[in-house]
Amino acid sequence: MARSMLLISRQAPWAGPAAREALDLALAGGAFDLPLSLLFLDDGVLQLTSGQQPQQLQQKDLGANLQALPLFGIEQLYASQRSLTERGLQHAELGLPVQRLDDDEVRQLLASHDLLVTL
Amino acid sequence: MQFVIALFAASHQPSARRALRFAEAALAGGHQINRLFFYQDAVSIANNSQVQAQDEFDLPAAWREFIERHQLDAVVCIAAALRRGLLDSQEAQRYGRPAATLASGYCLSGLGQLHEAAQQADRLVCFGGD
Repeated sequence: MARSMLLISRQAPWAGPAAREALDLALAGGAFDLPLSLLFLDDGVLQLTSGQQPQQLQQKDLGANLQALPLFGIEQLYASQRSLTERGLQHAELGLPVQRLDDDEVRQLLASHDLLVTL
Repeated sequence: MQFVIALFAASHQPSARRALRFAEAALAGGHQINRLFFYQDAVSIANNSQVQAQDEFDLPAAWREFIERHQLDAVVCIAAALRRGLLDSQEAQRYGRPAATLASGYCLSGLGQLHEAAQQADRLVCFGGD
C-alpha cells in the first residue's frame, strides 16, 4: 500500500516561489495517485484568500493552479484555524474547500501520515 | 535502513551543511542512501559556478566529493533548477545559454523522483523547509 504524505505549505503566494513549488510537489504526487494531503499553515493560509490580483506583481495566479488539486485527486485539504485567525481570516471566504483544524486536530493530522514535508 | 534525503535550502544555509553531516553519518553507520533530492533553493548546491573564498568552507565541493565517492543518486528538480540558472548541457543548448552550470554527479529530473524514492525508502529526511 502506498504511504501517505502530508505536505505543509507555509509561505504566502507572493513570498517567492515556495508556495508554487509546494503546490507542484502536491500535484506531482497526485499524478502518481499517491495518498496526499495538504495543510495550509502560518502564512500559507494567505494562498487561500480570494480576490487576489497577482498580475499587479507580474505574477501568475496561484489560485488558478490550486483549483487543479481536486482534478489530481487531492481532496484532503486543510487549513490551520489558528493561522487564519492570526491573520484576520477566521470568517473569510476561502478559494478552496478546506477543512479548518484547531491545534489538536493539526497534531492528529501530523500523526496520521507516514511522510511529512514542509515547504 | 534505507534513507532518501531531501534538501530545500540554499548552499549557504546551515541546513545544507547539516544534511551533508547527516548523510555522512548515515553511511558511516552502515545505512543506505537511496537518493538525494535537491529542490527549491537547494538546487544551488549543485551549481558548479559558485566560487568560495579560499579560507571558507566550500560546501558544494564537499557535496560533489561525497556524491562521487559513494556513487550516490543525486537528483535535482529540473523546474526549480531552470528558474535558478542551473542547466545541464542539454538544457543550456535548448535555451541558448552559453554554459552548463550543473556540477557533474547530479542529474536533472522531475518531482516524481522524490515521490518514488519516498515510497520505497524506510525514511524520508528533509532539510531546510521554509
